[in-house]
Amino acid sequence: MTQFSHTQTAHCESGVISNLFGHHGLHISEPMAFGIGAGIFFGHLPFVKVNGVPGSTYRIWPGAIFARACKRLGVEMESHKFGSVDKAMKALDQMIDKGVPVGMQSSVYYLPYFPESYRFHFNAHNLVVYGKDGDDYLVSDPIMDTVTRIDTESLIRARFAKGFPAPKGKMYYPLNVPQEVDFNEPIKAGIAQACHYMLKIPVPMFGVKGIRFLANRVKDYPAKVGDRRAALYLGNIIRMQEEIGTGGAGFRFMYAAFLQEAGSLLDKPELNDIGRELTIVGDSWRNFAANAGRVCKARSADNVSYGELSKMLVQIAGQEENVFRRLSTVKL
Amino acid sequence: MKKDEVPQDGDNLHHGTFKQLFYAVDHQGDYTTATSIGWEPENVALSQAWDEVEQRVADTKAKVEAGALSPIAYYMERTLLDLPLLALKAGKFQWQVKRHMKPSVFKGLSDKMTERYAEIFGIPASTLRSGELLPFKRPA
Repeated sequence: MTQFSHTQTAHCESGVISNLFGHHGLHISEPMAFGIGAGIFFGHLPFVKVNGVPGSTYRIWPGAIFARACKRLGVEMESHKFGSVDKAMKALDQMIDKGVPVGMQSSVYYLPYFPESYRFHFNAHNLVVYGKDGDDYLVSDPIMDTVTRIDTESLIRARFAKGFPAPKGKMYYPLNVPQEVDFNEPIKAGIAQACHYMLKIPVPMFGVKGIRFLANRVKDYPAKVGDRRAALYLGNIIRMQEEIGTGGAGFRFMYAAFLQEAGSLLDKPELNDIGRELTIVGDSWRNFAANAGRVCKARSADNVSYGELSKMLVQIAGQEENVFRRLSTVKL
Repeated sequence: MKKDEVPQDGDNLHHGTFKQLFYAVDHQGDYTTATSIGWEPENVALSQAWDEVEQRVADTKAKVEAGALSPIAYYMERTLLDLPLLALKAGKFQWQVKRHMKPSVFKGLSDKMTERYAEIFGIPASTLRSGELLPFKRPA
């Protein structure tokens, strides 16, 4: 049976990159994968609603970190989607038989080993299947602290969940992984792209502007949608920010860890400094979540508390803007 | 966040059985990792989300029992789906699924369609057809 070295990570996509590349001899930490893939982002999409509640994101869209990391590091990936369950499972079995661990996109709703309270319909989770034992598949799910297993029927349901984004049995594995990589260029490209996405997208919902956009809307929640829904909207912001597989402050800390690692690697102490600033921004996000949690818990909405939360977001936007402006001027 | 400030609020829905990984700084200000069994704001938000699900399931149950909606509506809420997602899974337009939520239309639903819904809901087709409302259990 294939041995797979499993390391728990904070986020599924950067975690799978780190674990899967590591298996093929390219050792890269999760923050490094996240940074090279320019994973950090912000977006608030009031029109994309799940159960009537608008969504926010603290990271780039699913799959982007992976695609960018592969391109920048020169990793060649093979990726398939399937129309039929039979073909998808056969293709998986063939790869496992060859001893190749396979990454796949899945819905968390159908993962029996996942904490039940987190099992909502979220289809962009990533995990690695590295073996089979009877009717069970052996799984390295990067957000679990240890390897686990899943029965065939659940895996099929998870791989073929409908909804956005539909996994369609998507599986992927590296064809060619370079053993020696010069990290300089990938780091530079990753940082340049992150700065661009945080500062320059000409759409008000994205990047630093998006945080201000959210701030504007939060302030009016109680008046616009009533106390009960206002609390639900707020609760969702916290969940998108703090729940596993996402992590708002978590992504800020992870990116700060990347800047630190990159600073040492490229001998650019300025990156370490900016990383420290970003750590402070992460703490501000956590402070915001703590206060938002209090407002949710109190259940009685008042415009004052929503106004305060809005001000905190404006401040965070300012802090984040400073960090990325400074980052964009570093000569690498 | 400093490593020793990584929250350990175990009062959550998975009772500390699951640990999340975080990046946090040590005393020298260098990044390292730490695990957390939970954090209060997240626990509040998550439990609020489940309260909402529970409420919707209970409301819909009452409507089904009063004969205003078909069991399709109940099982949609019970499996945490909403109309767009259920329609997608059923391969129908939203207005069609909405029609299937009328008790009179539900009665005349084909076996094939009933079975498709039952599979989506993860219940036996006979249960769905008979209109039995299996209880909803929120994670506890």
